[in-house]
Amino acid sequence: MMIDRRLIQHFDWWLLILTLALIGVGVVTIYSAAEPGARGMGQIFAVKQAVWGALGLVLMAAVFSFHYQALDRWVWGIYALTVLSLAWVLVFGKTVSGSQRWIAIGSFAFQPSEMAKLTAVIVLAHFLSRAGTARGLGFRDILAPAALLSVPFGLIVIQPDLGTGMVIMIIAASMVLFAGLKRRVLVILVLCALLSGPTLYVNLKDYQKERIKTFFNPDRDPLGAGYHIIQSKIAIGSGMFSGKGYLKGSQKALSFLPEQHTDFIFAVLAEEWGLLGSTALLVLLFAFLARGLGAGYRSKDPFGAFLCVGAASYFFWQIFINMGMVMGILPVVGVPLPFISYGGSSMLAAMTGVGIFLNVGMRRFSYE
Amino acid sequence: MPGVLLAVLAGFSILFVRLYQLQVIEGREYARLSENNCIRVQRVVPARGLILDRNGTVLADNRPSFDVVLTPHDARPVARVLPLIAQYLDIPLDTWGPRLLKAEKEAPYTPIVLKSDVDRDRLAVVAANALRLPGVTIATRSQRYFPFGPTFAHLLGYVAEVTEDELKDSANSGKELGDVVGKTGVERLFEPQLAGGRGGRQVEVDARGRVVSVMRMVPAAPGDNLVLTVDARLQEKARLLMAGETGAVAALDPYSGRVLALYSSPSFDPNLFVSGMSRKDWTSLSRNPQRPLQNRAIAGVYPPGSTYKIVTLMAALSEGVVTPESTLYCPGFYSYGNRDFWCWRRGGHGAVDAQEALTQSCDVYCYKAGEMLGVDRLAYYARASGLGAVTGLGMEGEARGLVPTMAWKKTRTGRPWAKGETLSVAIGQGYNLVTPLQMAVLTAAVANGGIRYRPQVVERVERPDHTVSRRFSREPAGRLPISPAFLDVIRRGLWGVMNSPNGTAFTTRTARYEIYGKTGTAQVVGRRGQDRFLNQTSSLKEFQDHAWFVAYCTPEGLPGIAVAVLVEHGGHGGVTAAPVARDLILEYLRLSQPQAGQAAGEAAGMTATAGASGEGASPVTAAGEAFPATAAASPAGTTAAPGQGGRP
Repeated sequence: MMIDRRLIQHFDWWLLILTLALIGVGVVTIYSAAEPGARGMGQIFAVKQAVWGALGLVLMAAVFSFHYQALDRWVWGIYALTVLSLAWVLVFGKTVSGSQRWIAIGSFAFQPSEMAKLTAVIVLAHFLSRAGTARGLGFRDILAPAALLSVPFGLIVIQPDLGTGMVIMIIAASMVLFAGLKRRVLVILVLCALLSGPTLYVNLKDYQKERIKTFFNPDRDPLGAGYHIIQSKIAIGSGMFSGKGYLKGSQKALSFLPEQHTDFIFAVLAEEWGLLGSTALLVLLFAFLARGLGAGYRSKDPFGAFLCVGAASYFFWQIFINMGMVMGILPVVGVPLPFISYGGSSMLAAMTGVGIFLNVGMRRFSYE
Repeated sequence: MPGVLLAVLAGFSILFVRLYQLQVIEGREYARLSENNCIRVQRVVPARGLILDRNGTVLADNRPSFDVVLTPHDARPVARVLPLIAQYLDIPLDTWGPRLLKAEKEAPYTPIVLKSDVDRDRLAVVAANALRLPGVTIATRSQRYFPFGPTFAHLLGYVAEVTEDELKDSANSGKELGDVVGKTGVERLFEPQLAGGRGGRQVEVDARGRVVSVMRMVPAAPGDNLVLTVDARLQEKARLLMAGETGAVAALDPYSGRVLALYSSPSFDPNLFVSGMSRKDWTSLSRNPQRPLQNRAIAGVYPPGSTYKIVTLMAALSEGVVTPESTLYCPGFYSYGNRDFWCWRRGGHGAVDAQEALTQSCDVYCYKAGEMLGVDRLAYYARASGLGAVTGLGMEGEARGLVPTMAWKKTRTGRPWAKGETLSVAIGQGYNLVTPLQMAVLTAAVANGGIRYRPQVVERVERPDHTVSRRFSREPAGRLPISPAFLDVIRRGLWGVMNSPNGTAFTTRTARYEIYGKTGTAQVVGRRGQDRFLNQTSSLKEFQDHAWFVAYCTPEGLPGIAVAVLVEHGGHGGVTAAPVARDLILEYLRLSQPQAGQAAGEAAGMTATAGASGEGASPVTAAGEAFPATAAASPAGTTAAPGQGGRP
């Protein structure tokens, strides 16, 4: 097969450069975050993350090498694979800190729930691109995808991994809202959500209520989540305008930060690089999302557009929830910061997302 | 699409505004907090619930204990402070080793307990030199104290720090290293109720590690108190009666199954476990040939000896192989196959009926009854009497014992059942194994007319404010498979044991109350009569037979009591075990006299209030404290020794 010149012509080099920059920021920050644990830990984690980044690039290339419309045709296979691996995790999976969410392959452990987020994007893109969007979606249009997604959602929630489950719900809601709902449907759905919340809450046991209250207000648990959040806020705040300098963060040096190389990585970055560095990261991430959305915007194909919007909401919500949590404005949930948080599953899923952006962008004129 | 981009921009703006707020507007304050690194979490361990006896006497109390704690970061440096503190505490410097210096680098803010439960004199030295000891603090903690020491060691169990293995168990979710948990006995059985809810506080400390202000606080919830069914005075009496002997005593209220006393001898001091015992103490406890850690009352299995004849007679009467009136002739032996089975009375009992068979403990009567019944029918009655299964007391390590059947022997040894073995089983030798508690339950059922109650040790659970959160009522677990008329025959037989001149425990009789009983002598070595004869005359204690006595007394107007006593290598049951059972019964009935009861009630009121005052204390210990260096030996999990059989 000849490589179409137009594919290379429309390849988004900027998106690739932004991605590489983000991976670089992650590796550098992980080195600093993990170093005080024990000598050499920083190197180990940083090198591992770089290796994951490299593997991610290969995966990304694989994802953009074929026409993205294949995803539309393979949607059932992708869906089945995701559900099976989630079920596999529940039955045979490795338990880490009370939650069963890993598949161990040799010495590697993989979290299928990370990929489930993208599966949700593909499934919704499949259905939404077929529904007529002129007058907005009706109940019938969202029933099938909602039923389909409830299976992986349920499997993830019983791991238990409430954070990932919520992210999937929010991604799905964003895509549906983007497609547009009939006003009547929107009103009914919002009413249902408003009513079911309190009804469910009333029927919960006291200790469950307590857990939910703490979830939304970590200050209620000053010895657990509340302590983590205050340490994280001290780290970020003490970075002030220009930061304490690379490797000079003191909060992280004292192991005050929980999971500082994974979910709380942003606190380490903000402490060492200050408002300048943190803002730079926000700009990088925003530019990245803008390029990704641009690919969808220019796509003439509704499936491609939905894929890009879905992938963008996948990135956006994780960024927003993670940073919001670390800065103490959102509940504490286990959601990684894409590209920056340490972790192979998260990196591979993020690079798949990049592959989707690039794929849709470079094939905006090609039809099969 | 531009709308989506706008939404993303809005989200990022929120994040930026928050960043600006944290880093620029509030940045200076956070920088100050960060410079001092001064926010710490301190755990507040709740006071463990008290354990009281039925009259309110405190059996498990809390006392303050003082730990010397080091926060490596505040010591600046650890290497300079350690020699000083070692000198003040008078312990060798190498106790701690390089572990502390490593901690200084890796977890400088995690306080480490240098020595727990420091006595007041040493504490005074440390406190006086506080200025030379930066980073060293004294933490107060409430520690378990068992005022009765060995008397309740097996029943209450003991507490100690949770081990890493135990933390992996889901039953211990929510526990952390350094937490104290119940390891055995009631302390373990009611761990969730006794433990209470952990609290803590977020504090700001100054450069020397002293608390400047408390930022947030979660109060600790003290654990619930337990009121047991046992009577401390009776338990103490049991200990005195068993002094110097190896064995166990189980006493129950026959009408409810409530445990009145449960003692295993020899015992140990559970207080040794609480603060982590020395290697020497542990070695002497765990290597002691008498195995004081074993709870013989529930985990010790022994051949029941002649006490089993209650079951044999129950089966023989109910199955109709004998009638209350029919007699069997005892010439002193019974020839079966190519072997003579001897009666303990070589001269023979002559013609014996069912009642006399029990009173005089005639072996030949039971051989014949057993032969007619067969081992499997015997096994049915043994099972229905609660043998061969745990009683349901709920404590860990309770043994099931063994009720042999033909099928059991086939699967176990591969060989078929030999008919002669049934004869041994019928007199409680053979393969039968029972625990003292099982025999007490069986005796209680005979006493109350046939209902087998689940033995219970806790009467109620009380919240710290003394309201009752749970009350346990009696739970029937089964019924003896015998008609009232036949049961009456058995009871008359048991009456004769102590009260008829022919009875095997007539010498132990008491004029004051009618005590029903049954002696038992379980052979330790050999099964043939002549060996047994040798054994009884042997001067070696370990060749002596185990002595059993089961008894009950239910006098008019007084609460009843059922007792099982086992004395290892005690020789004849009527000689060593029966006096223990008799004296225990008499003590209980004396304590239950109306005037005695009143006095006890008043005393109970006083002790209960004294106990309550101890609950208010919620001492603070430091966050994530490490193991004390003195906890050299980990006693967990080694106490459940396998049940000891009476025969090889």
